[in-house]
Amino acid sequence: MRYEYLTGNIAIAEASITAGLKFYAGYPITPTSDIFEYLAKELPKHGGHVIQFEDEIASINAVIGASWACAKSMTATSGPGFSLMLEALSLAVITETPLVVAYVMRTGPSTGVPTRSGQYDVLQSTYGFHGGLVIPVLAPSTPQEAYDLTIRAFNISEMLRTPVVLLSDAVIAHTYGKVAIRERSEVDLIDRTKPSVPPDAYKPYDPVNGLVPPMACFGEGYNVLVESLTHDERGYYAPRTDVQRRLMWRLYKKIVENSGKLFDYSSTYLDDCDYALVSYGSTALTANVAAKLLREKGYRACSVKLKTLFPVYEDGIVNLLRGVKKVFVVENNLGLYYRELRGVIRDKEVVSVPLIDLDVPLPQEVVEVIKEWL
Amino acid sequence: MAVGHPLDPYLRTDRIPTMWCPGCGLGVVLGTLLRAIDRRIKEGLLKREHIAFVGGIGCTARMTLYPLFDSAHVIHGRAIPFALAVKVVKPEMKMIVVGGDGDIAAIGGNHILHAIRRNADILVVMVNNMIYGMTGGQLAPTTPRGLYTTTTPYGNPEKEINMVKLAAALGANYVARGSITHPHLLEQVFYKALVKQGLAFIEVLSTCPEIFGRHIGLRNPVDLYTELKKRVVVKTKPSVDESDYDWEKGFVIGEFVEKDEPGYIEIYRKYISKAFGGGEE
Repeated sequence: MRYEYLTGNIAIAEASITAGLKFYAGYPITPTSDIFEYLAKELPKHGGHVIQFEDEIASINAVIGASWACAKSMTATSGPGFSLMLEALSLAVITETPLVVAYVMRTGPSTGVPTRSGQYDVLQSTYGFHGGLVIPVLAPSTPQEAYDLTIRAFNISEMLRTPVVLLSDAVIAHTYGKVAIRERSEVDLIDRTKPSVPPDAYKPYDPVNGLVPPMACFGEGYNVLVESLTHDERGYYAPRTDVQRRLMWRLYKKIVENSGKLFDYSSTYLDDCDYALVSYGSTALTANVAAKLLREKGYRACSVKLKTLFPVYEDGIVNLLRGVKKVFVVENNLGLYYRELRGVIRDKEVVSVPLIDLDVPLPQEVVEVIKEWL
Repeated sequence: MAVGHPLDPYLRTDRIPTMWCPGCGLGVVLGTLLRAIDRRIKEGLLKREHIAFVGGIGCTARMTLYPLFDSAHVIHGRAIPFALAVKVVKPEMKMIVVGGDGDIAAIGGNHILHAIRRNADILVVMVNNMIYGMTGGQLAPTTPRGLYTTTTPYGNPEKEINMVKLAAALGANYVARGSITHPHLLEQVFYKALVKQGLAFIEVLSTCPEIFGRHIGLRNPVDLYTELKKRVVVKTKPSVDESDYDWEKGFVIGEFVEKDEPGYIEIYRKYISKAFGGGEE
């Protein structure tokens, strides 16, 4: 392990190398291009490949292809690019392709303010693609978390054969912080399960006894089928309700039944708290200070930072907040993740604190809003 | 006991018959392609576990469902980046992209353009039936000007795209046009293209009697086949300028470009190994 002073973006790039990244495809976009540039220089030293494609659509489809060639694969983008990638993410979901998308949010909609921040795309990151399933979404708020959660994103993608979104934003992207960089031997890395049967008995979408099918790669003699159509366990197109039901429920359950395993958070003052300020990403920095300011004023406030945004771990969140009287959801958008929490927490008031700020919202602003509700 | 077909070892026989309509030219394309692959495997120049088919969406892309190789049936227009990525990670693979004119020349236009520019080591087979077949007869960029389609009911005002010219202009190593009306010649261009480095682009003229033929008064598969065959002109070394086509003037088939420039993978690997002293690959 060594310590370095890194931005969130470079922490993501470093972590992906630690996690065993072997293929990166991308298209330049602010504020993510330095992930791309850093990997273009560093990844070939580790036997990996970095290619600039003609657009984000090609990039994500290349990432899917590389994953089927056994390479751990990633791309990074921001709102406009992620919007272009959505169709292929749906393909990655139905073909159960492990991959990581680092989504560094910037101010939107449309071109917005490309160099500045916001959290407008938190729902798009999991609900954006067609097909009504869930993509795991992890949200760092510091360079160290960007590093740690990137490794975790790769592990989840390999463990559950799913795309995973690492949801950062323009503030974290270019904020420096001390980051503990670990050697590969110092982290637990998960690799996809390979088939244990000979090629003629292998079915690429048969979960055997669990929910996640073992995955063979191209070039190994398994006659793999990557199929975008509704398919049975063999990968054969099967336009039948029974097959569709079986496939949908399995794809749903393999993510949602692992909600507890995927859940990650941190908190301050939660043991002694009436008013919880729940937040994520760069806004967690604001909420943290706001909670302290409220305590100085005599209110029993605390802050809870969610590092896993999707799947929403209902039981875990309810349990975490069981002792508090009121929940405030602080975010740099019009109150989007608030809707998720309001749907889960039904025994107490959940209040949205929607802030729109091109940078990190000021804690005083949060305090002003919350005081009205205390 | 059914009598086997010589190509059965290369097919997922439990998926036959195919989903293609009677009179469709795609069976000829698949048959000739598999025969060419069989010859190359028997020569020891291709390994079957290193052959992969990738297709986007459309009747031609469904060709990926039948051969007994690694296959990917992905999303509309995006087969090429998928295939190129596999090739980069596993250079021993022979990547065959199969797609219709809509899949390759319309929605996938940006990808074919850049794959050719890179001289990416992929065999791209674009089957041109001059119409959107699967979706019911809408305009394709390859539809000859003036013809009826369901989205140009008063006649197609647009000029048809000539992908042979595009591929030649951007520097593909091998550019040929074949026709399902001439299966032996088609097999021969596949056979050659299968061992080409760099990008090999083969346009195959094909028949869609159900959709294309029906709308231009040639619903009977034999009539459409005969009419296409009448319009096909075989040339041994045609110039690229001869590749422009229209329904009245007809279609020149043959090998338009044959070069042996280094492919993308070779050049890419050369740069990387130069940077790292031929090491850490």
